Amino acid sequence: MVKLAEWQGKNVFRKYGVPLPRGTIARSADEAEAAVREGKVPLPCVIKAQVLAGGRGKGGAVRFANSAEEARSAAGAILAMEFKGEKVREVLLEEKLPIGRELYLSLTLDRTRRLPLLIASPHGGVEIESVADSEIDRQTVDPFPGLTGYEKRRVAQVLGVSGSAARSLDRLLDSLWNVFQHEDAELVEINPLAAVGDGLVALDAKVIIEDDAAFRHPEYAEVRDDRTELEEIAREKEIAFVQLDGNIGVIANGAGLTMATLDVLKELGGAPGVFLDLGGTDDPKKVTEAFLLMARAKPASVFLNIFGGVTRCDTVAKGLVEAMGQVPASERFPLIARIRGNNEKEGIEILRSAGVTSVFDLRASAQAAVDAARGRP
Amino acid sequence: MSVLVDRETRVVVQGITGHQGTVHSRQMRQFGTSVVAGVTPGKFGTDVEGVPVYNAVRDAVEATRANASCIFVPAPYAKDALLEAVDAGIRLCVIVTEHIPFHDMLVMYHYAKSKGTRIIGPNCPGIASPGKSKVGIIPNVVFQPGRIGVISRSGTLTYEIVNGIKEVGLGQSTCIGLGGDPVVGTSFVDALPLFEADPETDALVMVGEIGGTAEEDGAEYIRHHFTKPVVAYIAGRSAPPGKRMGHAGAIITRGKGTAETKVAALEAAGAKVARFPYEIPGMVAEAARKAQR
Repeated sequence: MVKLAEWQGKNVFRKYGVPLPRGTIARSADEAEAAVREGKVPLPCVIKAQVLAGGRGKGGAVRFANSAEEARSAAGAILAMEFKGEKVREVLLEEKLPIGRELYLSLTLDRTRRLPLLIASPHGGVEIESVADSEIDRQTVDPFPGLTGYEKRRVAQVLGVSGSAARSLDRLLDSLWNVFQHEDAELVEINPLAAVGDGLVALDAKVIIEDDAAFRHPEYAEVRDDRTELEEIAREKEIAFVQLDGNIGVIANGAGLTMATLDVLKELGGAPGVFLDLGGTDDPKKVTEAFLLMARAKPASVFLNIFGGVTRCDTVAKGLVEAMGQVPASERFPLIARIRGNNEKEGIEILRSAGVTSVFDLRASAQAAVDAARGRP
Repeated sequence: MSVLVDRETRVVVQGITGHQGTVHSRQMRQFGTSVVAGVTPGKFGTDVEGVPVYNAVRDAVEATRANASCIFVPAPYAKDALLEAVDAGIRLCVIVTEHIPFHDMLVMYHYAKSKGTRIIGPNCPGIASPGKSKVGIIPNVVFQPGRIGVISRSGTLTYEIVNGIKEVGLGQSTCIGLGGDPVVGTSFVDALPLFEADPETDALVMVGEIGGTAEEDGAEYIRHHFTKPVVAYIAGRSAPPGKRMGHAGAIITRGKGTAETKVAALEAAGAKVARFPYEIPGMVAEAARKAQR
């Protein structure tokens, strides 16, 4: 999931012809002032923090300016902020438009009906979750014909838009549909979409790109820069890495088994910390990599729960014992390993003779991991 | 009569010359599946452990009368592979490939549906009916023929649970792994009627995960149309909201698709809901005893 900041989303919008306020991005107070002086941003203007969290207006992360000096000081103040834990790296400066009504539009996926879902509401400018259900229109769009004329007319009616604004809306909806499809978006949202004169302008942009489509969108690779070092390594190795609050490390294969393992640990009074999901694989090389990655996260104990489908358990066990040897003595942690599947008896023998607690029973092995973590930081 | 696959199932493996394709073709054959052909463009005339390889699915179908496909083709080419299978007249496609963009899957699903082809997956372990046929990658060792049906959104957790059913001396009629992606070809609601109609299934195990509303939709079907006993389990009860837990399917947002809403819907539909995987075998045994009375 690649969440684009507003300015990045607007760059995408611009490419597809969605009408936007004139403006530019700045990374320092100097840049902000220069942008106004050079006429890139007409006055009066609005200056917005480029962060992913919502509620910027209330949080003081959106300010207004009537001169280059004011733009400078507003941009400086916002760039010094940390907004809901996120450092502000950029501000977006845009002309302040005389806006009329504020509307809402988005495209996302309806999983149950397996169709794109076009959502429209005449109540924009607020969180869509807070709008009454009766004021939100939802229609699915079939990807084969694409967005049709009658679907767009329905949106115009819902939004109460007519005349030249309706013609502007028609083109804008086509653009939005193209962004959704061609950019492989999970979500494309304009909130608010503002009536300005007899046209429409997207005042905000929220675009989320699907990770699985990364192979045809190399341009978004540089957007993913907010990961920790360990998360980045895990990503490269195609291991799902999630940090929770606890101190027990969990390595499992497959999302379902991973979650079931966490559920059991929690029930037994344990607190799962970092967990690594190898996906559906039981590739011994990947198990070893995950183990070494886990060692760097400094867990109090580690519970490894692998169901072997393709690889034999003894092969996985051998790889694991080898990996243990690579962890420096100062960073060792108690390991409880449960490996089920082909040759599980041989696997358990190898682990036990290497001093690893190993039992078949899920509950018993989870209990051992909880006990091992107890009394450790 | 089992569900979707039986001894008449003749499988063409798309992407058979890759590592996964080769390994799992072998395991399918060991299970008893008729793997009649493989397809890898440009590899016509070769064979993989005795299975003839064709350049195109249509060629494979003409030569071998294949009637089901198992797709291992990498994500960027999976859409094309599926469309090819559908156009060659294949009416059951199991897609093992993971990380297929959902925009591709939308096109794949609706195209297949319009031609009468059922998709299982993507990102799924496939389907197996012990003693008959397996199309996919579920380990052979977890199975034994029996009368318990299994529908699951998970992969390895399914293996764990099916194995547990075997360990208490019960067997499976058919097991379907639906896959955990946001858009799947077959969901709980699509699979449940098949097990309701299957005379070889006495009771059903349903394994769900947090995220989406597929379990709630399934519960709605069970409440109105499903007459056999159901034991359900939902993974992810302890998952914090908003965290993506491993793959695209397992994410909770905006108070929907939580473990609580799913468990409540299933219980209201009359299903027995296990709190942990290890409770399932005992509950299934109990349900099976009741069903036979």
